[in-house]
Amino acid sequence: MGLTGKISFGILILILMLSAASPLIVPFDPDEIDLDSIGQSPGAKHPLGTDNKGRDILARILHGGKISIGISLLAAVVSMTIGLVMGLVSGYAGGKVDTALMALVDLFLSFPSFLLAIGISILLPSGIYTVMIALSAVGWASFARLIRGHVLSLKESVFVEAARALGCDGTRIVVVHLLPQCIPLALVMAGLKAGGYVLTEAGLSFLGLGAQPPTATWGAMISASRVYINSSPWMVLFPGIMIAMTAICFNLLGDALKEKYDVKAGADL
Amino acid sequence: MKIFILRRFVLLLPLLLGITFMTFSLTKALPGDPVYNIVGERSTPEVIEKIRREVGADKSILRQYAGYLALLLQGEFGRSLFTNRKVADDILMKFPNTMRLAFAAMLLAAPIGVFFGFISAKNRGRLTDKTITMISVSAISLPVFWSGLLLMLLFSLRLRLLPPSGTGGIPYLILPALTLSLPAIATLVRVTRVTVIDIMDMPFIRTARAKGITGTSVNLVHIFKNALIPVITVIGLEFGSYLNGAVLTETIFGWDGIGRYAMEGIVKRDYPVIMGSILIGTLVFVLMNLIVDIIYHYADPRVRLHGTDR
Repeated sequence: MGLTGKISFGILILILMLSAASPLIVPFDPDEIDLDSIGQSPGAKHPLGTDNKGRDILARILHGGKISIGISLLAAVVSMTIGLVMGLVSGYAGGKVDTALMALVDLFLSFPSFLLAIGISILLPSGIYTVMIALSAVGWASFARLIRGHVLSLKESVFVEAARALGCDGTRIVVVHLLPQCIPLALVMAGLKAGGYVLTEAGLSFLGLGAQPPTATWGAMISASRVYINSSPWMVLFPGIMIAMTAICFNLLGDALKEKYDVKAGADL
Repeated sequence: MKIFILRRFVLLLPLLLGITFMTFSLTKALPGDPVYNIVGERSTPEVIEKIRREVGADKSILRQYAGYLALLLQGEFGRSLFTNRKVADDILMKFPNTMRLAFAAMLLAAPIGVFFGFISAKNRGRLTDKTITMISVSAISLPVFWSGLLLMLLFSLRLRLLPPSGTGGIPYLILPALTLSLPAIATLVRVTRVTVIDIMDMPFIRTARAKGITGTSVNLVHIFKNALIPVITVIGLEFGSYLNGAVLTETIFGWDGIGRYAMEGIVKRDYPVIMGSILIGTLVFVLMNLIVDIIYHYADPRVRLHGTDR
């Protein structure tokens, strides 16, 4: 992996570790309202300032990181798993199963993704699980299509033929022989997707469809303080930097993985 | 050719059924009885029963879905729970604004994106290429609602050059269009770069050079012309996604389009508005994809050849 990939990975780990250890780093409760210190600019006591309710922004950012990155990673894993199962079954079984599953994939891919995510978030009760379901529902289809394409080409290879000649049944071929071959490809895509998930999660939270207040998420922090942007720009600035940095790191990591595993840049990636 | 377009339209049908079924299930899953919303809470049971029969709420789910489809076909999307205005009328009124914003954003994004993608490919592996790639990755990763707010802070609130929000002429259009175009520029840079690099490695480019054709001519005639098709595809798809409502951008800049309309619906939980916006947005997106496919089909004989075989 190149240097940019390693640095991106390092920054992501750092953000996650700081988020996990946030109570040790910042002595403030992220949700505690302190009316004596409303709208303080960054300083010694509050390194990133306070928001319109006097809450420490650093504490909220770190707490929000746990939620934003956690949701995105979890959604990446869930959509990857669904996509792997669907893609493997569809590609290996072929015939009617393949046609039916790919029709389903096409249906999901024809929705504009952000609108679909909004629709699902409205349908289900608001909260972090709903956001995760919405992200996975939007993302699994492109995984499935990518994996299916890969399985179609693998199916013809000699090692599959050899396995069949040795008497392996379909399940064994799929699980033992095909699945491991698909994992690198799926991981590359998961890395690239996670960047998009971070942005979508932030967008949903911004619209008030994410984790509900007072829980801090980066998108909701920007949404709540956007009216104060002129007088207290730091309230909007810092959460946005975190969203952008996380998304950039995921995208660079995905690109680096793509290069490492020499995955061809298909339209789906 | 006609068969191809016809077939694409037929394939559209199950898709539209799927989309409408989703919005229909949304109405079913909503809290509260829609009949109460029509007659009010204090009506007598007889009146409620009568209305219920009129709107078909006593029939089976499938019959109700058929009724819902019939209403949609008549352009009846219901009324807003708050303003009591027809959702279809509102959408028709706001759509031109969204269209204007989308056009403006594309007008910015297309030349800039293609130009830098081309430069990047031509300098493959050099510092210029790496810088442009890095900037485009960053631009893709910026949340639009944040970059929009920062642009507004700089150009409207601090420098006082442009109005911070509102719907109107070109001064009002610049900032939202710029915000919206950033991710599109980045996508176009990436696609143009990959395509041009692919083409540059092809034998016909070497042949052209060997024949003594000048660099500019090779760039314009041989490379650019061939790179145009994937680029047009991306422009079309991005455009489609703008038309389905740049929800976040329109909200930030108070641009009176479909996106902000949808956002207001979301905030007030105005379900007919939300569903109307999602339905129209998806429809526009799907149609835009179809148009791109057809253009693609016309523009590239190679696609035509393989497309009709399948």
